[in-house]
Amino acid sequence: MATDANRQSVEMSRIVAWMTTCFLVLPILIVIPVSFTPKRYLSMPAGDWSLRHYEVLISGGWLSSIGDSLLVAICSALLALAMGTLFAVGHWRLNNGVTRNLRLLLLLPMIVPPIVHAVAFYQAWSILDLLDTYLGLILVHTMKALPFVVLSVTASLVNLDPRLEQASRSLGASSRQTLFYILLPQVRPGMLAGGIFAFITSWDEIIVAIFITSRAVYTLPKRIWDGLFDNVDPAIAALGTIMIIITAIGLLIKDRYEKAQKT
Amino acid sequence: MQGDMAITSRSSLLGKDAAYWGMVLLPAVFLATLYLVPVISVMVRSVTEPTLGLDNYAVILENKAIQNVLGKTVYICAVTTALTLLFGYATAYAMCRMPEREQRLMFFLVILSFWISVLIRTFAWIAVLQPQGLLNDILIGIGIIDRPLRLVRNDLGVIIGMVHYMLPYAILPLFANMKTIDPTLVPAARALGATPRKAFMTVFLPLSLPGLAGASILVLIFSSGFYITPALLGGGKVVMIAEYISVQMSETLKWGLATSLATVLMLVVLALTIAMSRYMDIGDTGKKA
Repeated sequence: MATDANRQSVEMSRIVAWMTTCFLVLPILIVIPVSFTPKRYLSMPAGDWSLRHYEVLISGGWLSSIGDSLLVAICSALLALAMGTLFAVGHWRLNNGVTRNLRLLLLLPMIVPPIVHAVAFYQAWSILDLLDTYLGLILVHTMKALPFVVLSVTASLVNLDPRLEQASRSLGASSRQTLFYILLPQVRPGMLAGGIFAFITSWDEIIVAIFITSRAVYTLPKRIWDGLFDNVDPAIAALGTIMIIITAIGLLIKDRYEKAQKT
Repeated sequence: MQGDMAITSRSSLLGKDAAYWGMVLLPAVFLATLYLVPVISVMVRSVTEPTLGLDNYAVILENKAIQNVLGKTVYICAVTTALTLLFGYATAYAMCRMPEREQRLMFFLVILSFWISVLIRTFAWIAVLQPQGLLNDILIGIGIIDRPLRLVRNDLGVIIGMVHYMLPYAILPLFANMKTIDPTLVPAARALGATPRKAFMTVFLPLSLPGLAGASILVLIFSSGFYITPALLGGGKVVMIAEYISVQMSETLKWGLATSLATVLMLVVLALTIAMSRYMDIGDTGKKA
């Protein structure tokens, strides 16, 4: 009887868990049918389906925003990846009080609220004349992405014994050989994860973009944001559908990759 | 010969250390100049504009409108955090006890929602909750209500959207924490005569408290500065601190007020982060001094 009560509470929590998961996923999936509505405004397609909102995406404004977002995200991901990896490796090797404090500095952009970033960079970039420029946005996104690169590269170095490097050197490898054959293979998974994280951080970033860009740089989140304010545009549903599919495929690939690594 | 090698290796180590210092300092200097200076100048401006002194902070303490915004922020954050933790905890708890296939599916769905852009998610909620939205259509269709319910442009809409955004941030760390709790402990307590409730309350719950504390502070940190969801689902009716700051910055141009509120928000979040670091490893490698 007692185990029955136990089983009951586990069953209960399982029902709550599935309800919560449905709450998480179902509303998101709504964008899929909405994207096929033949109407101009936000609605469910009643019987007749249309691809007009997908056609809008490949013409004009949306496409140029995708271009802007890709450009900014790729540049800032590469910059963050380079600097974050340098820092993580240097910190791993030195690991003293100074580098530990510097590490907190590098993690700061992850903690400070985005609206504070917006105030800070609006002020600073207007002095440096970087408002509404690609460089201005790339710099901000690089700083916002740095913590994720530092964290993931650091994580991939945790189990690497620093003496391995000394061993490699004392066996006659040059420092370049040590870098390429010992260190790099070890940090590569961390760099990959950090790079993807950095890319998505920039690709999704909206709040600072709202304040420091206007016309010259017009990223995808900014266009969605404006679209949400004017009149809720079903083209956003079409875009959302594509993003959901890409995300799902990406996660499945990651799953496969991790499984393959285990075996 | 041996001494010789020791000397060369030491000198090359020193040389190498210099290279490593360079690797560490380049990004640090980059961030110190382009990040720290702008952020600190926010704080500086809060005590220099329009005049030198703490006038802006006095306004924050006195002004009725700002008090309302702060009160609303605290209220929405508290409700959001409580609901998120409640459902997040139950979900993580159930996930730990599921068959592996089911657990993997649920984990996949949680991660999927986690990765979808906040704008798309907010858009979806508008489609569901607006007066001519899906939910109202369904409820009217099956005859439960005859007039659309007001589900957006109020606290309810904002809380729904925020809980939706925060849930993965609670579920994932809670799940990670609960997985480390020895699964034989609760059955052991039960075998020794504890009721299910008592076994949970005295054995499982205390062991999951660090995870719970960490997750709740994490959710609190994210909700306190939240901008997108309140701005879109609140529709100007539910103004939280982040949106208020943005209005001061872009419409009324009261920079003194904007920067001082930003400073307050930042200090609160930093304090919460320090509190959180006691329960959660903020990405540290376990080599804390």
